[in-house]
Amino acid sequence: MTLRLSARAGRAVLIATALLFVAFFLLLPLAAVFAQAFSRGASFYLDAIRQPDILSALRLTLLVAAIAVPFNLLFGIAASWAITRFDFIGKNLLITLIDVPLAVSPVVAGMMYVEVFGLHGWLGPWLSDHDLRVIYAVPGIVLATIFVTFPFVARELIPFMQAQGSDEEQAAAVLGAGGLSIFFRVTLPNIKWALLYGAILAASRAIGEFGAVSVVSGHIRGKTTTMPLEIEMLYNEYQFSAAFAAASLLSLAAVITLLIKKLLEMTSGLHGRTAQEDAES
Amino acid sequence: MKITRGLFKRPSPLPGFGISLGFTIVSLVGVVLIPLLAIVLRGFRFGIGDFLHAALAPRALASYKVTLLSAFEAALFASLAGFLVAWVLARYSFPGKRLADAIVDLPFALPTAVAGISLTALYSEHGWVGHFLEPHGIHIAFSQAGIVLAMSFVGLPFVVRSVQPVLQDLDPAVEEAAASLGANPAQRFLRILFPTALPALLTGTALAFARAAGEYGSVIFIAGNMPMKTEIAALLIVTKLEEFDYTGAAAIAFAMLLLSFAVMLFVNLLQWRIHAREGRRV
Repeated sequence: MTLRLSARAGRAVLIATALLFVAFFLLLPLAAVFAQAFSRGASFYLDAIRQPDILSALRLTLLVAAIAVPFNLLFGIAASWAITRFDFIGKNLLITLIDVPLAVSPVVAGMMYVEVFGLHGWLGPWLSDHDLRVIYAVPGIVLATIFVTFPFVARELIPFMQAQGSDEEQAAAVLGAGGLSIFFRVTLPNIKWALLYGAILAASRAIGEFGAVSVVSGHIRGKTTTMPLEIEMLYNEYQFSAAFAAASLLSLAAVITLLIKKLLEMTSGLHGRTAQEDAES
Repeated sequence: MKITRGLFKRPSPLPGFGISLGFTIVSLVGVVLIPLLAIVLRGFRFGIGDFLHAALAPRALASYKVTLLSAFEAALFASLAGFLVAWVLARYSFPGKRLADAIVDLPFALPTAVAGISLTALYSEHGWVGHFLEPHGIHIAFSQAGIVLAMSFVGLPFVVRSVQPVLQDLDPAVEEAAASLGANPAQRFLRILFPTALPALLTGTALAFARAAGEYGSVIFIAGNMPMKTEIAALLIVTKLEEFDYTGAAAIAFAMLLLSFAVMLFVNLLQWRIHAREGRRV
């Protein structure tokens, strides 16, 4: 009896400690963003988020995500189709290589593109002869974002499609369905939630990416500053309330991301991307 | 189907192998492999001597030390706290569990720059937490402790998400058998639960360490960024680039890449061992 009581008390202490830790360590920073954003009142906040610089940063951020995420979807579908529907030599190497961007520091990722496209890089002289700019321009930002989000959809889809198997698709093929018809009428309906899940992870990262984009952006206000860079610039100019106002928009996006993720996990039985599953694939 | 491909690929009735694998490989080479090669080859273009000299300069060495030490401390902290959170989420049910579970992913979802300025605001002199600590002489913002804090924040979910599924999937029959054979709770934890979860804990800790070592956005605001003292390697790369010292930047980037790949290898070996032990198909 005493043993059971002490086990129960121990349990309660563990739960309380974990919850307090989560609240203090994770929730408090989120709360601080909004508190700082509204520290000078709602009207200041509304003015701050309607500054032309913030609006143009917001536009650029959405543009970059609108290019990077569809690419990521396309790549994820292609990679997982090849990897989970066929057996070929070098498959494990391919899976490992897809994960490389997860291991590389974002700053190093940005630096790599400077080495290729920068003025002193491989293609720099050729690009400048043809009046093309990649580094310190929007294409560089898009490329850096594509790099950091590269594995997101693929690693969501590969374990999922692996688990599902290809029986339905093989049946469709034997019955004479063409490739596109197999994909749109059999595969896509099966993987749509996993696909959406991966796309949300990719979009969230694309919107929030800082290190890689920072290296290739050049910080030209109104032209090559995304939202996270604009936040950095405002902060470094000691415009703290404005920086936090901008940050609150991204925090809101993060909260919505978490909600959709949780909703998808609950309704469609997706376990979500766990580090364990990641490493398993 | 096509005999010529038989050596490379097992036959399958499904279409689209060529186009899907082709697109995958072209993207991989263009987006990942060629840019990676560019950094490595920078060393050969400007002479290995210069490259090594830049990679091993005192300021670079100091930045590796700050980065590695802080990342190590952060990974250690994240592994302890993460194990507790994973344990509670996996084994107990309580009101608000789903919410807590969702919040664990916050550091994945919150942009690093936002986390950086928010942690700085919280822990600096006048912040909600800082104004309690500063009078006692505890300085977190603008010191190495701040770097560890920011790195722990971004690293935590890696540990939780690695350990949680393993604890969840554990067959209760194993524990019941141990209990029926007279093992007390401490013995059950130390001899069954912890050894089972250990590879996952190591994986999560290694992932947290890798993320922490490469972290930039959340760290630079809170770090203070004093050369030789609180300057992380990622920041030194950015500084070198701003000074147009491309060889210096590439040299440090190369050193960081080596570290990334070492951790990646470690994690893969660990996973390989887990699968070998469990006899599961990879």
